[in-house]
Amino acid sequence: MQRHLIPVWFFVGLLLAVYGVLIAASGIAELGQPAKTVLAELHAPVWWGALLAVVGGIYCVVFRPRG
Amino acid sequence: MNIIALKSVDLAIIALYFVAVLAIGFYLKRFATSGQDFFLAGREMTAWVAGLSFLSANLGSLELLGWAGSAYQYGILAAHWYWIGAIPAMVFLGIVMMPFYYISKTHSVPGYLQLRFGNGASGLSAITFAVMTILMSGVNMYAMAVVMKVMLGWNIHFSIWVSSLTVGIYVAAGGLYSAIFNEVLQFFLIWFGALLIPVFGLIETGGWSGMVARIQSNFPGQDFTHLWSTLGNAQDNPMGMHWTGIVFGLGAVLSMGYWTTDFLVVQRVLSAKDIRSAKMAPIIGSFFKMAVPLIVILPGVLGLAVLPEKLVPESALQAGQHSYNEVLPLMLARYMGPGLLGLGVTALVAGFMAGMAGNVSAFATVWTYDIYRPYIRRQAADAHYVSMGRWCTVIGLFISIATAYVAMGFASIMDYVQALFSFFIAPLFGTVLLGMLWKRATGPGGFWGLLAGVGSSVAMFFWVKLNPGALAIIALSDHAKPLAEDMYRALWSCLINVIVTVVVSLATQPKPLSELKGLVMGVTDIPKEQNVPLLHKPAFWAAVSIAILAILQWIFW
Repeated sequence: MQRHLIPVWFFVGLLLAVYGVLIAASGIAELGQPAKTVLAELHAPVWWGALLAVVGGIYCVVFRPRG
Repeated sequence: MNIIALKSVDLAIIALYFVAVLAIGFYLKRFATSGQDFFLAGREMTAWVAGLSFLSANLGSLELLGWAGSAYQYGILAAHWYWIGAIPAMVFLGIVMMPFYYISKTHSVPGYLQLRFGNGASGLSAITFAVMTILMSGVNMYAMAVVMKVMLGWNIHFSIWVSSLTVGIYVAAGGLYSAIFNEVLQFFLIWFGALLIPVFGLIETGGWSGMVARIQSNFPGQDFTHLWSTLGNAQDNPMGMHWTGIVFGLGAVLSMGYWTTDFLVVQRVLSAKDIRSAKMAPIIGSFFKMAVPLIVILPGVLGLAVLPEKLVPESALQAGQHSYNEVLPLMLARYMGPGLLGLGVTALVAGFMAGMAGNVSAFATVWTYDIYRPYIRRQAADAHYVSMGRWCTVIGLFISIATAYVAMGFASIMDYVQALFSFFIAPLFGTVLLGMLWKRATGPGGFWGLLAGVGSSVAMFFWVKLNPGALAIIALSDHAKPLAEDMYRALWSCLINVIVTVVVSLATQPKPLSELKGLVMGVTDIPKEQNVPLLHKPAFWAAVSIAILAILQWIFW
């Protein structure tokens, strides 16, 4: 039987991209009133979420299921 | 009171993870139809997938919580378990041992022993591995329940049952395919979920020197930030360890035993698509293993510098206090706001579930191929064994739930785990190594050596429990903490195993050389790599890995 296993990297990319969008959106929504955590002024959710979305997006495109 | 309260975005991230792993499990079910598919993921994994899975199978909840807790308790000494206690062994597995595992086409480590030594050593190792695996799975569940209780206030039983059933469903569906896919997924989640903790910790303390100054201020007179310089005398370091315990007990025996003979991790490498991938997989894993202290050990050490309260052992916990094992969740709550907190908690949950999945998939393989097939039902269709693998995945989970509470009686999770390793894994290393490297080793030698090694390890454990004065004999110091004791017990039990194996082998009839082909060095043709470019040679990357390890020792001496 010919196998057409979707690469695990595609699943990784998909999950990271979705997480990145969620985290960045939540960071942007809270820009006005950051969480009461240490170093909250660095707004990590915004840039870390964006990084996740970009890395995830690249993985999704490069390892997308083919024919 | 909970450390933090999750917001809706955090809960959405956690829920998405559960949906994703179940979806992947159901997607992979169609590919897990034969025994080779279900138990060895079709033997079609690339070196990178096998390597990350090999590492992630070990990067479960114990690594994240237990070692972060140990780093708070013992300082950077805990990094020995990632460096000298892992890298040489991973490289040794890739370069020396993997060819024999792979060429023999074995499905498991007990399967190799069956080919090399016969039923005695194989049956004994299969049974001890099955017991250890189920107990380890229980430790995973306990660790998960602790995090859920501390961070989220979730009911301990709810956490155990939801995660266990999820793992049970996806492993029973896709077998090792599911376990490997989710381990790779977990690898990324852990890095992205935990990497900000050390980054923010070092920003807060003003870098490494600022962190060291704060620790010295919080804990005057104690050294938590040197790897080797305090190991000359057991009284000079928080672990009560002498360097011989680290070098010989951990580096030469326990880590070699774990990384080269614990089927939980070796199974991932056996899924590689060819022998070069199988050799490269542990070496790829070694580079990432060297980096893991950044997200596990460093947060624990940073906890000594920045946490306003002093953490205590689990056994001394009182209301309002937190234990060593809670240092990572506390650091997570310190720096992570909504969204990132959900990602961090998901990383921990992923670690728990990957750890459980690793244990149950390895248990299912060893039970089905090394206990059920040789001793209970020899001749059956392949589909029957796949069905048995699926059933014992579920049954194994239920048994391990029952063992979860055993872990609660120990001061540190890792103490418990190391005790188990030293019972079973350290002696096994002696048997497998002699089997691969010494043609004269015989079946009776392998069996009696392994039995003597396991028996002596258990006996030493109870000797110290019943007579604490024996600690000075076993661990060479009455200041030795449980981790140090485990290192020496591993060393002695492995030596006893080797001595008994050699003596019995010399007194019994060896196997003809023709029967050792593909199993033992000297009578096995290992494919040469003369025409392979340097950058594709496992030996080259093994050398690079060892060189980086040496540099790290020098930096943190």
